[in-house]
Amino acid sequence: MKLKIPEQEIMSCGNVACQGCGATLAMRYALKALGKNTVLTIPACCWTVIDGPFPHSTVNVPLFHTAFSAAAATASGIKAGFEILGKDTNVVAWTGDGATYDIGLGTVSGAAERNDDILYVCYDNEAYMNTGNQRSSSTPLKAWTTTTPVNRPKESHKKDIISIMAAHRIPYIATASIAYPEDMIKKFKKAKDIKGMRFILVFCPCPTGWKYAPQLTVKLARLAVQSNLFPLLEIENGTKWKLTKKIAHPKPIAEYLKPQGRFKHLNKKDTAEIQQIIEADWNLLLKKIEK
Amino acid sequence: MAKKSDKKIIYKKEKEMPPSAISFYSMDYNKTGSWRNFRPVIDYEKCTLCMVCWKFCPEAAIKLEKTKKKGKEEVKPVIDYEYCKGCGICWEECPTRAIDIEEETN
Amino acid sequence: MRKVLTGNHALSYGAKLSRAQVISAYPITPQTEVVELLSQMCASGELKAKFIKVESEHSAMASLIGASAVGVRTFTATSSQGLALMHEMLHWAAGARTPVVMGNINRAFAPPWSVWTEQNDSLSQRDTGWMQLYAQNNQEVLDSVIQAYKVAESLDLPAMVVLAAFVLSHTSETVDIPAQEKVDEFLPTYKREYKLDPDEPHAFGGLTKPDNYFELRYKIQKAMEKALNKWEEVGEEFEAFFGRKYGLVETYKVSDAKNLIVSSATIASTARNAVDSLREKGKKVGLLRIRVFRPFPAEMIRRILSSVDKVIVIDRNIGFGSSGIFCQEVKAAMYNEKNTPPIFGVIAGLGGRDVTSKNIIEIYEDVIKMEEPESDIIWKDLKI
Repeated sequence: MKLKIPEQEIMSCGNVACQGCGATLAMRYALKALGKNTVLTIPACCWTVIDGPFPHSTVNVPLFHTAFSAAAATASGIKAGFEILGKDTNVVAWTGDGATYDIGLGTVSGAAERNDDILYVCYDNEAYMNTGNQRSSSTPLKAWTTTTPVNRPKESHKKDIISIMAAHRIPYIATASIAYPEDMIKKFKKAKDIKGMRFILVFCPCPTGWKYAPQLTVKLARLAVQSNLFPLLEIENGTKWKLTKKIAHPKPIAEYLKPQGRFKHLNKKDTAEIQQIIEADWNLLLKKIEK
Repeated sequence: MAKKSDKKIIYKKEKEMPPSAISFYSMDYNKTGSWRNFRPVIDYEKCTLCMVCWKFCPEAAIKLEKTKKKGKEEVKPVIDYEYCKGCGICWEECPTRAIDIEEETN
Repeated sequence: MRKVLTGNHALSYGAKLSRAQVISAYPITPQTEVVELLSQMCASGELKAKFIKVESEHSAMASLIGASAVGVRTFTATSSQGLALMHEMLHWAAGARTPVVMGNINRAFAPPWSVWTEQNDSLSQRDTGWMQLYAQNNQEVLDSVIQAYKVAESLDLPAMVVLAAFVLSHTSETVDIPAQEKVDEFLPTYKREYKLDPDEPHAFGGLTKPDNYFELRYKIQKAMEKALNKWEEVGEEFEAFFGRKYGLVETYKVSDAKNLIVSSATIASTARNAVDSLREKGKKVGLLRIRVFRPFPAEMIRRILSSVDKVIVIDRNIGFGSSGIFCQEVKAAMYNEKNTPPIFGVIAGLGGRDVTSKNIIEIYEDVIKMEEPESDIIWKDLKI
């Protein structure tokens, strides 16, 4: 038996995440890839709480908590500090979709435009989960959240953050899913050694917010990729797009939607509409993929 | 290295307290095993030692137990029930259905 | 070496001499020259610092907090809207106990738009846990930046050096620029006790329950209280090194004064002339300039005010719904004293309206006739 991912844990047990938390699994994989020479900065998000209360912490790397919109700027400052001291430390902003897609988007764009030498990670659970599941601009079309109730579910599409980051022409962008840890860890290791700004979006199902049985977290993360809803890709310098996993026979989106309480209100017409949008977006993506 | 404690620390002496909210202790004190409603149990007869359960546990609560048998190293996954939250991901993902889910009686 | 410097450039030289290592700033009138000169100094290698051209003031402060937590010396400058935009992060710098030093050019808040001087911007931040001092000339601006680092780093509290828009920021004065070697001796490299370091991993700023948050706030206040002595101590040390003395406050012709004018910054500077003119007319008036506003030097103020008949506080600011802010704090300091003189609060010069020596003499002559203050605010030369 040979382990396909690094053995060492850089996170101890006893964190306060919900049972089956996708974001916790994401951190476990990220730390395995990044190693101990890492400093995390975390804005307001689920991980603010998951790490544990003062004076306890679950991760075995330095963690600097920062304000909601400030992760990218804080990371840039931390990196500048290490550069001045001549230390080669990985500086990682570990953020939720609220911080990245919404309140902190300006700061993410700023750091990207300056090409600051930071690894910016967004673990995406598709809503403001830490405050109780209010919608974010990452919430998918037609999803229920506490601010997009069933009689008026989310009306706008999920924001295409990957295209926004690609427009900044940063050296490396990737999407990852916790159902594909080998792919995710490979991407984190690759990103670690690149200079300049790197952006990784990690798909993290949330049993508490998406309303499904917690044992399905990895399965849903897998179905999202297998139905081309969340393609696994890499982009170099914003212009060279490459798929890291090609799905030979994409699964119908209904299989992914069915177990989730946040989509319980969808009728056949809604599901068909979502299926069409996925196919249209997939065709647009194919045009960007390098032959 | 993070300091260990058996319960949540509350500082009562100014000298012991750090100048700001700096965490020196680990989260080991928080035995999340008490959260369980259901407990996963590995059937080692069916287990093929693929380690998929270890791989997908968000808590890292499945440990790799290494033993030497006749000079060969053997590794098997062992669930740490002090911390297992009972999410059931290991049960769902096990490719040979070697993990059963039982109701937690504690 | 003596040079003719504007207040803005005095700030830049202060940061350069203090060997700031990470500078993060966003331009805003009337601060732009501070960062432009620092930018040049970094580009030429004259100053070995990383200059992060952030996209907002909120990010400026966020990035400096991060850098300071690594254990390097940090600097920024801003004004009014910019200071307000970084408000959230000002609280963060104090709570994280990062000794960031910042120059703030006092500029009136919008709306309506104004670029002229008023103290509301810095005074709005008085509860954030930042130390604040108000400079009256460009020499003091430069010297105070160096002193601010020494005090800030010894207590792990951030500090702002405040100067008036245009009156100081864009006004040229001769400034003595101390020798780098002497500043290096006075201000050694910053050594942070608990910093971001993979060899010693800790979490900073984690969720703190009511079981210990209270104690952390107590620690900040205790540090502020220690700062009172520290400013005086550093002031004396500075005098020994560079020959110029600064303290928490400055007194002028106070020893035999019957009445006192209390003010800050450039109004206090102008008031010195007014005091001289009034003294020529036989009026026994003195001037108290409050330099360090946070921590508030209550004890010193009590000692100086206890022996006079009347006190006139001139505020170039207003706490809406209450009254002039320096006046409120002076009154609070005096409240429990046995023999406290009547304290008259005058508000003048908001939005950059000029406050001349003649105006101050008028203020004195109008107010001194009053027995008791009839209201909490005496408005100086309101046109309506």
